[in-house]
Amino acid sequence: MASGGKHIIPFNVYIKVLLALLALTVVTVLVAQVHFGAFNTVIAMLIASIKAGLVLAIFMHLKYDDKLYVVWFGSAVFFLVVLWLFCWTDFYTRVFQGPIL
Amino acid sequence: MSTVSSSQHNNGHHHAHHFESAEAEYHASKFGTWTFLVTEILMFGGLFVGYILYHERYPQMFHAGSTFLDWRLGALNTVVLLFSSLTMALSIYYAQMNDKRKVLINLYITLACGFVFMIVKAFEYTSKFSHGLFPGKYFNPHEPHAIQLHQQFPDLAQYFSFYFTMTGLHGSHVLVGMGLIGWLIYRAHKGEFHSGYYTPVECVGLFWHLVDLIWIYLFPLLYLVG
Repeated sequence: MASGGKHIIPFNVYIKVLLALLALTVVTVLVAQVHFGAFNTVIAMLIASIKAGLVLAIFMHLKYDDKLYVVWFGSAVFFLVVLWLFCWTDFYTRVFQGPIL
Repeated sequence: MSTVSSSQHNNGHHHAHHFESAEAEYHASKFGTWTFLVTEILMFGGLFVGYILYHERYPQMFHAGSTFLDWRLGALNTVVLLFSSLTMALSIYYAQMNDKRKVLINLYITLACGFVFMIVKAFEYTSKFSHGLFPGKYFNPHEPHAIQLHQQFPDLAQYFSFYFTMTGLHGSHVLVGMGLIGWLIYRAHKGEFHSGYYTPVECVGLFWHLVDLIWIYLFPLLYLVG
């Protein structure tokens, strides 16, 4: 059935993933109370990405699907990073001319 | 092998004539849905990139803006959406198990979670509006705390432009998702989904999980990091 992509994920796995997601939400809230300066955003995004990975792998079945889907979705993430990179270099290499950027 | 096995379980569903098999139809639908999700990521992505860059540039102003949000309501909505993602995934699981009753129960719970999310969102929006916290040029705070922060940060309105655009676009996705789940419920009542055919449940499920995925990033960015 591997080729069919209709792998049935056991019920327990779904419950465990939900519990992990809830636990990580608690961690996100707790970590935000501590002041790490600019690292707060980085840490929050890292935890969010772990949560996103769990949702993608299990709830959205990517782990058991054809690798084509991973590559396809990965391309969206890749081009998002490209978009960020170009905007970022623009933002920080501008000649400052006024109060509004 | 797969063609034979799927046609055996295919009571009721006949794949469209331009597909070689039910299997091919299933994969084409799913791949189309994932392609749509890719465009969704890039649409929301533009907003996220804008938010991250401006947040980096004006951290104090964004922090001032985030003090108007109640993180407890954001956390509540996070839990509601995560739970709805589980019930959405379980409705597919029970379709695979040929359990029509449990497919319906899980779809109804998912829909109810969508309602709860939107009601909480409505409360949040009305409390902002009542203090004059509108996006862009309509920003007109008339509450002491807001007026004081607005004097300190003249471009405070930008935070709310990001807040309303991002949560508004996300909220409209929740509404669309709820409509689609309503359509699944209608079809599930007619007994159209079973282990041989549950493509619409799977595809709407993918969309619903993406909406959850975006909220997973929105919650810390808007409510916590600020």
